Amino acid sequence: MTTVSSERCAIPYAMTSKSVAELTIDRTPEAGEDVVEARCSGTWTVSAIAGLEGRVDALPWPRTGKVVIDATGIGALDTSGAWLLHRTTRNLEAQGVSVRVDGLRPEFASYVQLIASRSVQPGGVAPRVRPGLLAVVGQKAWASVQNARSFLAFVGEAFTILLRSIAQPRRIRFRAILHNIQSAGFDALPITGLLSFLMGIVIAYQGADQLQRFGANVFVADLVGIAMLRELSPLMTAIIVAGRSGSAYAAQIGTMKVTEEIDALRTVGVGPQELLVLPKMLALIVVLPLLTVYTDITGILGGMLMARTQLGLSFDVFLERLDSAIVMSTYLTGISKAPIFAMIIALVGCHRGFEAEGSADSVGRQTTIAVVQSIFLVIVADALFSVIFNRLDL
Amino acid sequence: MTDRATAANLVVEIDGISTHFGDAVVHDNISLSVRRGEVFALVGGSGCGKSTLLREVILLQAPTSGSIRVLGQEVVGLSDEQALPLRRRWGVMFERGALFSSLTVTENVGMVLHEHTRFSPRMIDEISAVKIALTGLPADAGPKYPNELSGGMRKRAALARALALDPELLFLDEPTAGLDPLSASGIDDLVRSLRDALGLTIVMATHDLDLLWRAADRVAVLGEHHIVGVGTMTELSQLSHPIVHEYFYGPRGRAAREQAWKQK
Repeated sequence: MTTVSSERCAIPYAMTSKSVAELTIDRTPEAGEDVVEARCSGTWTVSAIAGLEGRVDALPWPRTGKVVIDATGIGALDTSGAWLLHRTTRNLEAQGVSVRVDGLRPEFASYVQLIASRSVQPGGVAPRVRPGLLAVVGQKAWASVQNARSFLAFVGEAFTILLRSIAQPRRIRFRAILHNIQSAGFDALPITGLLSFLMGIVIAYQGADQLQRFGANVFVADLVGIAMLRELSPLMTAIIVAGRSGSAYAAQIGTMKVTEEIDALRTVGVGPQELLVLPKMLALIVVLPLLTVYTDITGILGGMLMARTQLGLSFDVFLERLDSAIVMSTYLTGISKAPIFAMIIALVGCHRGFEAEGSADSVGRQTTIAVVQSIFLVIVADALFSVIFNRLDL
Repeated sequence: MTDRATAANLVVEIDGISTHFGDAVVHDNISLSVRRGEVFALVGGSGCGKSTLLREVILLQAPTSGSIRVLGQEVVGLSDEQALPLRRRWGVMFERGALFSSLTVTENVGMVLHEHTRFSPRMIDEISAVKIALTGLPADAGPKYPNELSGGMRKRAALARALALDPELLFLDEPTAGLDPLSASGIDDLVRSLRDALGLTIVMATHDLDLLWRAADRVAVLGEHHIVGVGTMTELSQLSHPIVHEYFYGPRGRAAREQAWKQK
């Protein structure tokens, strides 16, 4: 049954040969006449008129007088072909040429009529105007002011709800917090641990080269210990968590916003902030300092391993040196940054999610912004911490 | 079906289709055919597998066994590349529209033309506008994004996209689901007028009884993994099969039928 003939019969008008659509001007008027004769032939369907479309306007159409189009040769016509024919005649008529189409099969004529009745006026819909450079700069600047304002409002709302929840502890969703602790913290253990371990190795390796020249091998413990505990481990953990969990928060809330789930929550009397933001923020505040302690340890392990292979420093000597190099405040300054980073990541991620609207595209864009912005703010906050701790002589 | 003329007149031929999801049987040896130029409807309760059957016909899902021929070509087991010429000959409208949310309505329609034709951008915009007008949308809907449209307008925009390449066969999945009665009856009229004006064959999955009475030429009722009845609405309403009976003589079925009689 897969014969070619049955395939061909499938479309009645395709039985005619699949020739390309043509429109030619047969006869230009001689002196004293003003009738131009044109002829259509071939298959006027969406797949066959592409070539003709470009040529049709370039034909030597008259500026005045009369055009007679002989459409007997049209073997097949669909709405696209009908549009092309209609557009051609309409353009001519707009120039003041009178047009007659002859010999169009009745079923095709009804097509052209249908298209003509639904036809849209050229330029009926104004194209979108592209703003100039100055306008773009202005719009961007205004958008970032708006952004900052809405973020501040969001943070304010989050803290109001936090205070309310503390006043009424029944409203805190412990189950959601535990779930977030698992997904943002426990599940992040392998990746944060591995990266911090590698970071320890890198620092020890780079330091070893320099320290060896001065015979100060043992100070590699100071280098690794202070660098990891004070700066690198909290910063790197925050960056990884921002990429891992901040993006997830933005995507989750953004999708819920697009599918109107956020509105649904509001209508059943559950505050979306209370359900979605607070547990994430609280979980991250708990989890990020813990992760930082953990990455402190793995980072130092990495450094220790490198110190032994590269500098021949035994674990005992390293740990002994570490003990005297690290004071409590070094450890605590590192850890104390983590809750602030956690708040930044959770609030930025969630806020971006709430900013999504309408489309899948918008969710993607907001997720990107969430990650970029939270990493940016984490590093800015880290710089501020450095200044503050410096002033406090910590 | 040995007669070639008859075969050529059948646009969709479903032969012995069975579908299983693990142990769950959805279809058991279903056979159906759709004739050229008719509005054919698949009906049945929720979860009876009408959308699954539709998805199998349009190559989004493979049946467990059996054969489906669309426009004379076997589609079961067809690769994406082999299916391309066939896919250009049919249009699909999904239940929730499935418009690309990052594109305007005009771009949604034009995107299909951009992919498959060599028209100039101007021609594509014009054809898109014609298609949008054909589905009864106002011209100012063109530059809007899908999330700025109402549900009924979104369905019409989805229909405009399905019509972009002048298909000969149109598949509609729940064309009136989620619409208010007024918009739904607008869709009923649209389905019929498109068939009449463009000579389309339309296959739809629906459970909207009003749409069935007003627009469908023939209807197949799915139930208990089988086809329990095929025919015009009048024929079906005389069948005694319990599922068909329940379907047509339930409270809503009766109301829709009386409404349809009144209009005749």
